[in-house]
Parts: sequence; structure tokens; C-alpha cells
Amino acid sequence: MTGTMTNADREAAEQVRDLPGGDWPLWEVFTQSGQGAPHEHAGSLHAADAEQALQNARDVYARRGGVISLWVVPSGAITASSPGESGPFFDPGADKAYRHPQFYKVPRGVRGL
Amino acid sequence: MTAPSVVPAPPEAPNALFELLQRLGDDRLVLGHRLSEWCGHGPILEEDIALANIALDLIGEATMLLRLAGQVEGQGRDEDALAYLREAVDFRNCRMVELPNGDFGFTIARQFLFDVYSVVLLDALTHSAHEELAAIAAKALKEARYHVRHSGDWMLKLGDGTEESHRRVQRALDELWRFTPELFATDDIDHAMRQANIAPDLGVLHEQWEALVRDVIDRATLTLPHDVPSAPGVRGGRQGFHTEHLGHLLAEMQIVARSHPGAKW
Repeated sequence: MTGTMTNADREAAEQVRDLPGGDWPLWEVFTQSGQGAPHEHAGSLHAADAEQALQNARDVYARRGGVISLWVVPSGAITASSPGESGPFFDPGADKAYRHPQFYKVPRGVRGL
Repeated sequence: MTAPSVVPAPPEAPNALFELLQRLGDDRLVLGHRLSEWCGHGPILEEDIALANIALDLIGEATMLLRLAGQVEGQGRDEDALAYLREAVDFRNCRMVELPNGDFGFTIARQFLFDVYSVVLLDALTHSAHEELAAIAAKALKEARYHVRHSGDWMLKLGDGTEESHRRVQRALDELWRFTPELFATDDIDHAMRQANIAPDLGVLHEQWEALVRDVIDRATLTLPHDVPSAPGVRGGRQGFHTEHLGHLLAEMQIVARSHPGAKW
């Protein structure tokens, strides 16, 4: 069962309601598949508040197992890079080969590098 | 003149454990089927998935309980035979779970009342002297704890939500309340099972249940309906006396299995 609806909860609920999407704002879901593994973006969903977003995330993205931890984040809280600027923003300078760590061998058994 | 002294043959003692397992299994089978009717009709996609997910949990629990019931009965009936080939009078579910879904508020209020019942009952059954039943209860309890988190959260949202959501969920509570004493009514089966330490004292569970329900109802700014006078000895779903709705539900649930006897898929 969930906790008491405190004034803080109410304020949080009102803040959520100001997010894009009205009563059903959008949340981004991140799932972790094992200890030490990164939380990876799994998708998005609608929910009235954070608790419900967690429950929905559990049902939508974790119901078939393989998940040990979930994060939900209001989609509006994410600041994204602009696609129009992807050139200057991301071009790594392919001529600078020394930026790419590919000159040493990775020992066998090292995963997730 | 004296009447001939005919000693009636003792009625065949019902297999109390078989009865208990049917009661537990049928509650979950029928409620699971009712919830499955929401599939494709949920208020939003996420809630649609949540309800279907809970329906599948309940049907899974029913499968385990009815399989064990069939083994206990020893007449060669498996869980499918019990689910699909019994008539309404042979079902042992409480009447609350067979009522039509109504609106979303009614569905949630029923889930909440049942989920709390399920948590306190399954928690007690994990201490059952019957090892297999205790193991099934332990597995189902994990699911029930999630179910009550889902329905309890919705009770708060609907009760303490808009004027309309409050009105609807209060109306649902008022309608459902009279079906709740049946969850805790005891008969010879319950006494026998309690004596054998297989099932708990339903009276104790009733108090636990009401305290948990009252807590959420209060926080949801809802009003608990006035106490329904309990009618000891009243016969209900546990004895095979059902509402008119169960037959219709079974007709839909059983038609495929009955039209294609022995089919595998």
C-alpha cells in the first residue's frame, strides 16, 4: 500500500500536473538488468504520478523478468541536444586517431566495457 | 404407535481440504476472468496492461490451487477439468468476485477489498500445516502484495481525486460492502481446516482486514459503509449459492473447452 497523501505529495502531484501531458504526463523508464549494470533507457509511458509511473513501468517493461531496478523520470526533466546542431556537437574529428582507445588489447572476461 | 427407527445413513463427509482448495482457487479463477474482460478497454494503455497482468497472476494462482485440489480429490480431475467442466453450483468462489465489472471505480474497489483479503489470508496460509498449500501461498503472497499496492494506490487517487471519481468509488464501496461478510463467514469446512492447522481463524483475519481497509478508506477521504449485520449460517458462494452472474461468466469462460473436448494448444 502506498503512503499517506501528505501536503508534500499534493504539491508534487500539482507540479507533475504542470508537466506536458496534463493529468497523464509522460515518463521515461530506465531498467537495470543486473548488479553493476547501467540503467538503460527502456521506453516511455504515461502515469499520473511517480508511484504510478513505477508501477506502470513494472507492468510494461519488467513483467517478464530480467529487471532488478527501475528508474522513472518525468520526460520534461530531460534536456536533449538539438538535432540541428548534431554536426558541430558530435563530429569527433575522425582525423584524431589518438582519441580512440583501440591500441591495446582488452583481457578476455572483461565485459561491459 | 412408534415410528420405525430408521437411522439415516450419515451424509458422505465432504472432503474438507478439497473444498478449501476450491474456495481459494475459484475466487482467483473467477476474479481473474472478470479482470481479463478489461483487456483492450482500460482507461489508458498502461492501466490496460496492469489489469491484464494482475488477471494473469490470479489465473496462475488458480491453476496451482485447482491442480492441488484435483490431486486431493483423487478422482482424476486436473485443473482444466475443474475450471472448465464444473457447473455454477459446483463453484465455491465468494459472490463478490463474480459481479460484473461495472465502471473502473467499481473494478478498483472490488480489487482493493479482495487484494487486502488475499494478503492477510495468504500470509496466514504460509504457516499452513499443509506444505504444498503453504508453498503456493508464499508464491501468491508476493503477487498479492503487488496487487494491493496497485489497487490501494488507485483507491487514494480516485477517492481523493475529482468529485466524480470520489462519487463513483464511494458508490462502488457502498454496493460491495454487503458482500464482504461472506469472505469471513465460517462453516464446518473452515472449522475442520482450522482444527487441522491447515487454514487460519477467519475471525482474526476479519479484524486485520478491516483495520487495513479502514486505513486506506480514511486516507482516500471515503466513508466506510455502516456495518452489515452478519448473518451466521447464511449460505453463499462458498456453498455453491451464486448470483445470476456466475452462469453467464462460466458460459463464456468454458465454451471453448467444452466445444472442443480434450483439445490441446
